[in-house]
Amino acid sequence: MILAIASGKGGTGKTTLAVNLAHAFGRPLQLLDCDVEEPNGQLFLPGDALVEEIVTIPVPQVDESLCDSCGECGRFCAYHAIVSFGAKALVFAEMCHGCGGCAKVCPQKAIREIPKRIGVVEKRKSGDIVLLTGRLDVGQAMAPPLIRAVKECLNQNMPAILDAPPGTSCPVIVTIRGADFVLLVTEPTPFGLHDLKLAVDMVRELRIPFGVVVNRVGSGDDRVHVYCRRENVPILAEIPDDRRIAEAYSRGNLIVEALPEYRDLFADLAKKLLKAGNGGGG
Amino acid sequence: MKKLVVISGKGGTGKTSVAASFAVLAERPVIADCDVDAADLHLVLAPRIRERHDFTSGHQAVIRQQDCNGCGTCSEVCRFEAVEKKNRENGAVTYVIDPVACEGCGVCVRFCPQRAIDFPESLCGEWMVSETRCGPMVHARLGIAAENSGKLVSIVRREARRIAEAENRSVIIVDGPPGIGCPVIASLTGATLVLVVTEPTVSGEHDLERVLALARHFNMPAAVCVNKWDINPEMTERIENMAGSSGAKIAGRIRYDRAVTAAQMQERAVVETKAPCVQDIQHIWKQLGL
Repeated sequence: MILAIASGKGGTGKTTLAVNLAHAFGRPLQLLDCDVEEPNGQLFLPGDALVEEIVTIPVPQVDESLCDSCGECGRFCAYHAIVSFGAKALVFAEMCHGCGGCAKVCPQKAIREIPKRIGVVEKRKSGDIVLLTGRLDVGQAMAPPLIRAVKECLNQNMPAILDAPPGTSCPVIVTIRGADFVLLVTEPTPFGLHDLKLAVDMVRELRIPFGVVVNRVGSGDDRVHVYCRRENVPILAEIPDDRRIAEAYSRGNLIVEALPEYRDLFADLAKKLLKAGNGGGG
Repeated sequence: MKKLVVISGKGGTGKTSVAASFAVLAERPVIADCDVDAADLHLVLAPRIRERHDFTSGHQAVIRQQDCNGCGTCSEVCRFEAVEKKNRENGAVTYVIDPVACEGCGVCVRFCPQRAIDFPESLCGEWMVSETRCGPMVHARLGIAAENSGKLVSIVRREARRIAEAENRSVIIVDGPPGIGCPVIASLTGATLVLVVTEPTVSGEHDLERVLALARHFNMPAAVCVNKWDINPEMTERIENMAGSSGAKIAGRIRYDRAVTAAQMQERAVVETKAPCVQDIQHIWKQLGL
C-alpha cells in the first residue's frame, strides 16, 4: 500500500503525521520525504545516512564546431532553455526540463546531453523505518525530477508513506500520482478550509481515494467539519490543539513518544488506513 | 519603490498573517499574493475584483485516437511517463496522454510518424487585479492539477510592479510561496528585502538555513523574524544566532498568540485587532525600515 500525505496549505502537520504514523504502523515500512525543497522527516527519525545518491537531469551541451546556428533547437524548446538568434546555440540549463527534444531535432547532431546535478536522495534506517529523503540543491528550480527519483527508490513489496510538499501544483501531483490513498491534513481555520478545498479538487481530479485529518482541533471553528460532512469526505482523525504537541515538535520529538496519551489516536488511524488500503472503504 | 518579499521555507509559519498586517501598516502599498498554489491573502483583505485574465501557459499533447496506429514512438520518446498504453475494443493497441503528467515539451508531437498528436495551448488558471482597503492587490488562482506556477508567479509580480509604477506607490508587499524551488525563485526577482518568517522548531531551523542560502545565492538582503518564539525560547535563540551569523538582520519576535487565528476568523489582519502580538508585528515593520 502506498499512502500519500498532502495538504494544500503548508504547516498543517504533514510531517508530524507522517513520522508518527510511520511509528504507529508497528511494522517495517518506507517513508519517502518528497518535500524535496524543505525535507524535514530526518529531523524526527534519527539514523545515520546509509547511502547518498546524486540525482541529475540531462541538459544539452552544444558542440560549437558542429553548430551551424540554424536555430532549430531554439524554435523547438518549449521552455526557452536553448536559444540561437543567428549565432551558436546558447543553453540556459536552469530552465531545462530535460525532455531531450533539442538533441533530437538538431540537424547537425551538434547537441549531446550531459548530466546536471539537481540534488540527492539519502537513504537511512531508523528502527523499522526506511527513510528516503530527496534534497533539492539550493538555487535549483526543478523539484519534480528529483521527486520522481525518490519514488524510483520505492520498494513495491513494502508499505510506503509519501510525505508531499505543500500546495496543489506539479511537485504535489508528481508525489501523489500512483498512491493508493491520500490523507489530506488541514486545520479548522479559514486558510485551512480554503486550501483543503483546493486539495480535494486535486485528488478528485486524479481519482485517488482520500480522507481528511483535522489538526489543531479547537483552535478555530467547525467549518472544516461542516464542509467534510456536506461533501461526504471522511474525517479519519482529529488531533487537538495542544501546546505540548507544538513544543514536542519544536524539539524534534515524536508525539507518540513524548506524549503517550496520543498513541491510540495514531494507532487507530493506522488501522483505518490499513482497512481502506485493503478496499474496505475510503 | 521598494519591494518586500515575505517567505518562510517551511509552510504554515505565518507568512500570510504577517504579510496582511504589513499591507495595513504600509503607506500606499501594492499587494501581491505570489503563493498561487494555495493563495490565502484574499481571505483577509477581501478584494473587490477589478480585472480578470486567463493564464494560458505552454501546450498540452493530445493524441487523435482515429489517427493513432499504435506504433508507440510517443511512449519511447517521452521522458515524463505521460504516455499510457491502452487497448481498443477490437484488441488493437493505442496510446493516450495523461494530461496531468504531460509537461508540454512537444517531443512526441514532433516525432509521431503519423502526425497524430495535437498540441493545443493549455489554460492553467487566472490572475486578477483587485481593490482592497489597503490598496490594489494582484492575485491568482492556479488551475486544478495545473503546471507552471513559477510563470504565474512572474505575471503577478510584474503586474504588481506595473501598478506600483503607474500609481506612484512606494512599496510592494509580496506574500511568497513556501519552499525554495521554482515559484519562490520567481517571486524573489527584483526584491529590495526578503523577510523570512520562521518558527522555533527543528523544521523551522532547517528550512530557514536553506531559504537564507537561497537569498544569498541571489545576493538579496534578508531579515528574519521568529513567530511563536515562546513555544521554544532556546530554539529561538539558536535560530537567531544562526541567522545573524549568516548575514541576515534579526527583525524581531512574535509571541504565540491565539488571537492570530481569531483575527483570521473575523477576516481581519492581526494589526486590525487588539491582539497582544500586534506590538510585536508593529515593531518588526519598523525594523524593516521600508
